[in-house]
Amino acid sequence: MDKKTKDTLLGGIINNPVFVLVLGTCPTIAKSTNISNGIGLGLATLFVLLCSNVFISLLRKTIPGEVRLPAYIVIIATFVTVVQLFVAKFLPDLDKSIGAFIPLIVVNCIILGRAEAFAAKNNVLLSAIDGVSMGLGFTLALILLGAIRQFLSEVCKLTFFVSSAGGFMIFGLVMAAFNYVITAINNKAFSKKVLLDMKAPKAEDVKEAE
Amino acid sequence: MSITQILSIVVAGLLTNNIVLSQTLGICPFLGVSKKTDSAVGMGFAVTFVLLIASVVCWALYTYVLLPLEIEYLQTIVFILIIAVLVQILDIVLKKLSPSLYNSLGVYLALITTNCAVLGTANVVINDGLGIIETIIHSVSVGLGFTLALILMAGVRERIDNNSAIPKCFKGLPIALVTAALMSMAFAGFAGFSF
Repeated sequence: MDKKTKDTLLGGIINNPVFVLVLGTCPTIAKSTNISNGIGLGLATLFVLLCSNVFISLLRKTIPGEVRLPAYIVIIATFVTVVQLFVAKFLPDLDKSIGAFIPLIVVNCIILGRAEAFAAKNNVLLSAIDGVSMGLGFTLALILLGAIRQFLSEVCKLTFFVSSAGGFMIFGLVMAAFNYVITAINNKAFSKKVLLDMKAPKAEDVKEAE
Repeated sequence: MSITQILSIVVAGLLTNNIVLSQTLGICPFLGVSKKTDSAVGMGFAVTFVLLIASVVCWALYTYVLLPLEIEYLQTIVFILIIAVLVQILDIVLKKLSPSLYNSLGVYLALITTNCAVLGTANVVINDGLGIIETIIHSVSVGLGFTLALILMAGVRERIDNNSAIPKCFKGLPIALVTAALMSMAFAGFAGFSF
């Protein structure tokens, strides 16, 4: 595996769309109230991202530069409509809980962002890998936030964390913890042992919020 | 339509159902353009303008074209195209009329297209089956609610960014998100919040 493929494959983690690139924050906060919503919306986004990346990569030499953004948006909106109809027909429960946010996948900046930054410049296989990797990174972020919020609201009975205020708060704290860990990893002065200790505040951050 | 109905739509859009702080839509510009009050005001009114026109045009197209032809499933595609065209027009007009505002908004002007507050409101208007007058009042108050949240946030952030007491890992977006959480709690109070 050459370096580029490897970088693309790990892109979803290293350049995590939610915590590092800070794209697609609206569905992240609104629909990370529990794990199942997170998985549902994450996979829907993954599907759209994969399909739009592949299609845009295939058409990257055909679409003229001046009209590329409208063209991308139409491609993305088409796949979103596919997901929308599929979920409404076969997954009525999921439709009830995240239905309002499925059309909004069109305006999720991760998708247009990856189309512009990656799929428009790379071949089909790499674009497909990028779509899956970024989609999984998004899904994992939603699951992480969803797990924390579900735990706090159901086990600890703090219903505050289901509200949007709780969403903002947990998102901010987890992002701070992410920054902390990444700075620690980048800082070569730390030994491996210290590094392990540095990860501890993550749990404390969450406790503080209680 | 009675005055109480109008008032309830306005209050819901501005405070109780604030698009940013309680619906969590339009977070990207909320975090991106809230560093200075001036650009926050400009951005707020630009979004309000697009929101109003987009909702009205989407409503009219849905009611008079998509419904009679029974092609409602094209809703998402048609709406996003209308919004993209409107933003492009706004871009050209602002460049001519107010170059200073155009420069301060920068890339965020084009990004109004992907502001989910705009598409979200257009969808809500259709899903709730609002009439044309309700649509106009609803979209203006949602837009003003967005502007209000943006200006409040800009006021707080202008002070926060110079504060050296903030831990390094909280600098920038994390502290802005925690601030937004506190603001969101305050706004939830308008709706009678219960823990």
